[in-house]
Amino acid sequence: MTELQPNSIGPDADTGEAAAPVDTGELWRRLHRDGLKVTALYMAGVMIGAGVPAAIAIGSGPGLLIALAFVVPGAALVIGAVVGYEAIRLRVTRYHVTDLRMEMHTGVLFKTRRSLMRERIRSVDLTANPLERVFGLAKVKVGTGETGSGSGSTSEQTLTLDSVDRDEAERLRTELLRRAAVDTGDDREQRLATWEPGWLKYAPLSFLTPMLAGAAVGGTFQVADWFGKGGLPVEIVGNLVEDHGPWTVLGLGLVGLLVLGAVASLALQGEAWWGHRLDREPGGTLRVRRGLLVSRSLSLEEERIRGIEIVEPLGVRSAGAGRLDVVAIGLKTDEQGSDLSTLVPAAPLPAVASAAEAVIGPVDCDLTVHPRTARTRRLRWAVIAVVILAIAATVPHLLWQLPALLSAAIVLAAVLSSAFSLWTAFDSYRSLGHALTARHLISRRGSTRRATVHLDRSGIIGWRITQSVFQQRMGLMTLDATTAAGKGHYAVIDADEHEILDFADEAVPDLLRPFLVRSPE
Amino acid sequence: MTVSRTALRPPSNRFDPRTVPWWRVQWLITTAVPVVPLAVLGLLIPPARLWLLVPAAAILVLGLAAALALPVWWHRVHRWEVTDTAVYTLTGYFWRTWRIAPMSRIQTVDTTQGPVQRSFRLSTVVVTTASSAGAVKLEGLDQEEAAALAERLTELTDATPGDAT
Repeated sequence: MTELQPNSIGPDADTGEAAAPVDTGELWRRLHRDGLKVTALYMAGVMIGAGVPAAIAIGSGPGLLIALAFVVPGAALVIGAVVGYEAIRLRVTRYHVTDLRMEMHTGVLFKTRRSLMRERIRSVDLTANPLERVFGLAKVKVGTGETGSGSGSTSEQTLTLDSVDRDEAERLRTELLRRAAVDTGDDREQRLATWEPGWLKYAPLSFLTPMLAGAAVGGTFQVADWFGKGGLPVEIVGNLVEDHGPWTVLGLGLVGLLVLGAVASLALQGEAWWGHRLDREPGGTLRVRRGLLVSRSLSLEEERIRGIEIVEPLGVRSAGAGRLDVVAIGLKTDEQGSDLSTLVPAAPLPAVASAAEAVIGPVDCDLTVHPRTARTRRLRWAVIAVVILAIAATVPHLLWQLPALLSAAIVLAAVLSSAFSLWTAFDSYRSLGHALTARHLISRRGSTRRATVHLDRSGIIGWRITQSVFQQRMGLMTLDATTAAGKGHYAVIDADEHEILDFADEAVPDLLRPFLVRSPE
Repeated sequence: MTVSRTALRPPSNRFDPRTVPWWRVQWLITTAVPVVPLAVLGLLIPPARLWLLVPAAAILVLGLAAALALPVWWHRVHRWEVTDTAVYTLTGYFWRTWRIAPMSRIQTVDTTQGPVQRSFRLSTVVVTTASSAGAVKLEGLDQEEAAALAERLTELTDATPGDAT
């Protein structure tokens, strides 16, 4: 297991690789055979997890012995099938790296041959779950960062080795991303940011907390349903309301759920970000390493970075913190729950700013304020929302005789939502701003998710300018910079309709100029 | 703020006049898709006749009105222009959208022609950049003009180096 390259075999002659281009003597390698043990242990765990409730459920009827007679052979069969499949997959999967390309042959039922051009490889990510760490293994995901236009194209452009020896993974990572290392004199790693355990205090403030609390409620109902007592949670709550009064139950219940959500969010984020550090490696690669149980290592070529985004979700922002995301080609930043593009998790703003500065250069800059009419526009939306909420709260009262608790809850929810939407109108106006620095276009927007994007001006590959009739009457305009990186376009919304065109003209010289007309005031 | 008032000038070209009947046919087809089944069912099922024919008539009236008015309107509003450095379009009136794609960042130039378009001898040229949001469509060019334009665009983009990202 501790051998360095235990699975290297000679150039494959037995499968008749006549058509393959002549290699430079690099060997075909195989995946590590300990991967099989990992799969076996993992499946055993899954089967215990699934088998115990199943055995209890069956056992409650005809008796435990009969239950075991069904469950144990069933579990053994599933484990055997999966391990057998894995054994074949490990045997047939081969990969090699030549000067020009990295190739992998795999497939149990359908043979697939994937080949990536070396010069197109933009990222090498290593992950290892606890089991794999015990056996010294790691998964290697090699990406070209090409998004293409089709929906499935991202998966086509990646190659995953599941799994290889940790040393082999490290060797692949450095070899595949080597390239420019020769020309840079400085070949030492440069530490850009180091995570501090104290930053975990921001975890309970994230949107994960209410989400996980909601998931806990859903999970309770689901488990109750499995045991055929789907109504039980409602009954219990009903009894509690009778004993202690509705307000105590509602208040304590909410507090309890939020505490539960906060603890879960703390655990999840702690696992994900423990020991996080952001380095710049020789050859122009950024590397994020993190993880308590599952260790993750993400390497990103700086050549494909087109900017950064400082994201401040409302809860985290209220504590004066934010996170640092990278805007890079081939990294989809708009997928929900994806933290692949995050360079620094929720941290105090000065720490985030200094990390951002280390990645793209100076970020400090005064933002141009947007016209007052932009605030009017937001207030109008808020007023519309308040009217709708008022109607939604009134109609049920007119139609039905509501119990006191429900009625109070509806009124309270409507009042709080109205207040929030009015506050959001002012706050999101305060967020609006844009500016240019020597290399970047800066745009800030949003209230519940305030984001400041610093987009590389050379990475802007087109404009999309929109103006609705409402905006036109208020003299506002939205400028969307399209780019190959991140979510594909970043907008400056509701800016002054004349000023924003000068701004765009300055941001990317000569692109907009031929289509502009300047008339004196 | 700036002393001079900067504004966008509209792109110089209108689309081919044949786009007006082409859009009309498209509207008529879109209208026919719900109206014909509703009308047929309405004639076949006497008890539900009223409930089927009234919506059918309503959709038909709206569809015909749209088919008459909108294409003329669109022909006035939608514009396009291709210079040596960029592709520039303007679409919409209530929600106006100007798109500018620089020649140096264009990745692909496609010409497509649907069956209805073919009968009007029209083509669509789609210009895509590396951004998922950056495609610029020129819908409704004369087919020869479209082919010539696509060829010119391909030549211009081939002449610019770089990977366009």
